Amino acid sequence: MNFPLLWIIPALPLAAVGLNLLIGDRLGKRGTAWLACGAVGLAFAFAVRAVLRLAGLPEADRTIVENAYTWMRVGDFSASVAFLLDPLSAVMCLVVTGVGFLIHVYSVGYMAHDPSFRRFFLYLNLFMFAMLTLVLADNFLLMFVGWEGVGLCSYLLIGFWYERPSAAEAGKKAFVMNRIGDFGFILGMLLLFAWAGSLQYDRLFAIAPHVFVKGAAAITIATLLLFLGATGKSAQIPLYTWLPDAMEGPTPVSALIHAATMVTAGVYMVARCHPLFLLAPASLETVAVVGAATALFAATIGLAQNDIKRVLAYSTVSQLGYMFMACGVGAFTAGIFHLMTHAFFKALLFLGAGSVIHALSDEQDLRRMGGLAGKLPWTHGTMLVATLAIAGIPPLAGFFSKDEILSRAFASGHSGVWLVGLVGAALTAFYMFRLYILAFRGPSRLSHEAEHHLHESPPSMIIPLVVLAALSAVGGLVGQPMQEGGHLFERWMRPVFEGAGGEAAAPLSPRTEWTLIALSVAAAALGIYGAYRTYLVEPGLAARLRERLRAFHQAVLHKYWIDELYDALVVAPVYHLSQRLWRFWDERIVDGMVNGVAYTFEGVSALLRLFQTGFVGTYALFFTLGVLVILIELGRR
Amino acid sequence: MSGVPFLLPVDWWALGAVIALSGGAMALLLLEFLPHGPESNRAALVSLVTLLAAGASVFVVRDSRRALFDGMFVHDGITVFFTFLFCAIGILSVLLSWDYVKRTRINRTEYYALLLSSTLGMVIMAGSNDLITVFLGLELMSLALYVLVGFRRSHLESNEASLKYFLLGAFASGFLLYGIALLYGATGTTNLQKMTAVMSDSPMLENPLFVVGALLLVVGLGFKVSAVPFHMWTPDAYEGAPTSVTAFMSAGAKAAGFAALVRVGLSTLGAVRTDWVPVLSAIAILTMTVGNVTALLQNNVKRMLAYSSIAHAGYVLVAIVAGGRDGASAALFYLAVYSLMNLGAFGILTLLGRGTEERVLVSDLAGLGFRHPGLGIAMTVFMLALGGIPPTAGFMAKVYVFGVALKAGLVPLVIIGVLNSVVSVFYYLRITVAMYMEEPQAEPTHVSWAVPGALAVLAAVALTLWWGVQAHALLDQAQRSVLGGM
Repeated sequence: MNFPLLWIIPALPLAAVGLNLLIGDRLGKRGTAWLACGAVGLAFAFAVRAVLRLAGLPEADRTIVENAYTWMRVGDFSASVAFLLDPLSAVMCLVVTGVGFLIHVYSVGYMAHDPSFRRFFLYLNLFMFAMLTLVLADNFLLMFVGWEGVGLCSYLLIGFWYERPSAAEAGKKAFVMNRIGDFGFILGMLLLFAWAGSLQYDRLFAIAPHVFVKGAAAITIATLLLFLGATGKSAQIPLYTWLPDAMEGPTPVSALIHAATMVTAGVYMVARCHPLFLLAPASLETVAVVGAATALFAATIGLAQNDIKRVLAYSTVSQLGYMFMACGVGAFTAGIFHLMTHAFFKALLFLGAGSVIHALSDEQDLRRMGGLAGKLPWTHGTMLVATLAIAGIPPLAGFFSKDEILSRAFASGHSGVWLVGLVGAALTAFYMFRLYILAFRGPSRLSHEAEHHLHESPPSMIIPLVVLAALSAVGGLVGQPMQEGGHLFERWMRPVFEGAGGEAAAPLSPRTEWTLIALSVAAAALGIYGAYRTYLVEPGLAARLRERLRAFHQAVLHKYWIDELYDALVVAPVYHLSQRLWRFWDERIVDGMVNGVAYTFEGVSALLRLFQTGFVGTYALFFTLGVLVILIELGRR
Repeated sequence: MSGVPFLLPVDWWALGAVIALSGGAMALLLLEFLPHGPESNRAALVSLVTLLAAGASVFVVRDSRRALFDGMFVHDGITVFFTFLFCAIGILSVLLSWDYVKRTRINRTEYYALLLSSTLGMVIMAGSNDLITVFLGLELMSLALYVLVGFRRSHLESNEASLKYFLLGAFASGFLLYGIALLYGATGTTNLQKMTAVMSDSPMLENPLFVVGALLLVVGLGFKVSAVPFHMWTPDAYEGAPTSVTAFMSAGAKAAGFAALVRVGLSTLGAVRTDWVPVLSAIAILTMTVGNVTALLQNNVKRMLAYSSIAHAGYVLVAIVAGGRDGASAALFYLAVYSLMNLGAFGILTLLGRGTEERVLVSDLAGLGFRHPGLGIAMTVFMLALGGIPPTAGFMAKVYVFGVALKAGLVPLVIIGVLNSVVSVFYYLRITVAMYMEEPQAEPTHVSWAVPGALAVLAAVALTLWWGVQAHALLDQAQRSVLGGM
């Protein structure tokens, strides 16, 4: 066979879902674990094979389209289940299956004692299927299938422990926020179809420059709507508040869905649609500004959170902001590069945090940790690598990708965005080392109970940590700056992003580039030093700083009261409207009916009267009023 | 297909559905006199055979085009499409009723006779080319439904629902009839084709007789499809009726009302589009919004689905507003898909509860997903389909309707429609959440399994998914039907 069997990659996890449903109750925990991990592992193998095949092709032909099935074709309305493998989807596919596989293995240990073990892997495999459909789709319609699918799984997994009301609440919130985003996505998609007549990427991107004038309102509106979808899925301003709450889900879910894969779907979508965004400079500018704002905003909130997973959640929001920032300045390669390295170190951070939580018998509060370095050597070592990586210390992965984003922003003339990014980098280093020090260094603040049960995690959890640590350490080397003809990652991505605006921007002089690198390393070092002073050397300093910056600290601690604001502005009014409508139309009438039943005891005549004058009359009255309104309306015209 | 290939002239085959359904209904009424027990399957079997025969008869001449009875009744693509749809709805409803009526002690032959009569009325509505025939079909369908809604005679709720539906239905019929009279006064004919011809000769956009007449016609049909503000009977009637009847009427009566609207829209009203677009748009917006927003807080699933069916009428209205052949085929496609998923959802409700008890509150569904996996998956599929989530048929139907509306330039309408469908997922998923993420508070709901009912639900699930991935088969059919209808 000539084509690399793309359809089998998403089909494998789906088959595991089917088998789990059919015979899962007979497999037992071991069997379920093998089935779930095996399917994803095999999918990874197939993905590697396909990507190798792709790499073997000459650079200009590195696009494989595989039409698995024609969904519908009626006139000009056509859609098919077709998969597309190009350098961009290849990277996504490898990250999703690779990191996904590691997290599956980790989950076997993490969820070992959960009574809903089988249900967990069912949802997790279903998620893998949806996510792979999303990244491999060759048209918007199929991408939307995956888009909705991952949203659904995310919702199910956030509320996995539904006995906790907070988990159910968090699931609901994620759902509502994502629906707002989806609204933008569907509308953007429909508008593109109506104006350009196709939803298939290559055709749409080929037609777009002929249909839309660069900078025209139509394409700007369509791309902004798509970006609204991206802000929902990728937790950007204004739709970011669901992600921190999503931490109610099991920790492997936070690592897989809410750090490494699903939340990056928005970035992927923007990168995938770069030919459209390049036609709408205003939209691109919006992406850059929203990304930069989110990167800084979320980083400041991360400074004061005490829940270990919430710190990581705000950090994810902030890092996603960096990716959008990169896309916004036209450096799509840098955005995807950061997406990849972030998947490594953030998955590692979450899994490490999970290992800590596991070891401490479900303690998540940083104020009740400390001094764990000696007790959990593997967890500590791998976490340290990830923390250094996200802080941007060379030569770890995060350094290369973050530095590339910042230098691209600078090179494209967005010095404001660059400055925000630099400050964000210093804050990132600060809050990540705050987390590291509070958890692993200093005196132990553990409760007696937790101290007693303290234990390092089983090998099935440690091995994924080590692999991810290795990736976080060396994964950035494919993107070393200042190489002749661009670095390895850039050369790989070139067929996709050829001619994209920022990519073609004049290269910086080595001198400027070195200065920028020095500045970003200095920012990271400053953040680390600050955390070191504040939390390790002078334990009193933190309290004094809190006192000094009281207003700021309060604002940050309460996450700028954004949740309360949304509640007052959106949630409450909608709830009241529905309540109102219901009460007005129904309760009056239904209650009347119930009372009517009671009245039968008083006499049938009363009931009949109530019938005729009470409800049916009301209904008929509204009916007639409706007719009259339309008549008058027609008469006026 | 010329000549007389099948023993009988084509006209007879074309009328086969009408003949079979009337014959079946009358045979059932006669059968009532022969003794039979409360557990008898006789009536259900006869209905099933009748409906299959009706469908088969039309299938034989599916490609023929005929005007019958001096142009009062036409046999064309639209008629064929809807006849199949109504027979399918009838068959699924009979299967759902099979055990339900025995369980709730309303297993009477009249039940099935009325069901067949009502189906007959729907078929006549779809095939009518004359306003008089429209009225005839509508009344036949409605009168049978009024009785069916009140079929649980010992239930006060059922009686009340029936009476309300009847009174308001009579009220709406008055409007409809008055509208027909005015149209006749304006154009001198009740035949849709002749009326269109008159219109093209001398446009009478300014003629108040015509404008008011057309308005009242739309109001009368709008009542049947429960468009806002003519919808207020819907929740009460749906809630009070036996659940199997709710399933039947929520699919059939709505599709029949829309069949007539599609016909009127393609002919007479098509000529005065510019006048009607704002009015129908406003009705569509109201219908979608009121339906969805009110459904949000319902705790009774029957009532929630009633409001949901109002909202879905709004989506179909969007297709009608878009107009033309594209709009009509989008409406046909949507109605077929809607009927299926709605029948399925109500069908599952018919299986819940023991004896005459009704377990149709959201809390009654708690934990059902794990205790009855098959049922849980089926309900989830229907809820996802109703919410328009891929890869179900509900998604394709919405995409197609909104796509057609966009092409017709109805951008604000589409925005409101998409917003509505986004809101609606919230209450549909509440059901799924209850099934999988809540524990039953009181005694868990008993599921009264029965082979026919389970079969019907299975068929609905299969088709909802099949049409989701194989949408073009149905879409082709809808488009060809509309083309053949002109």
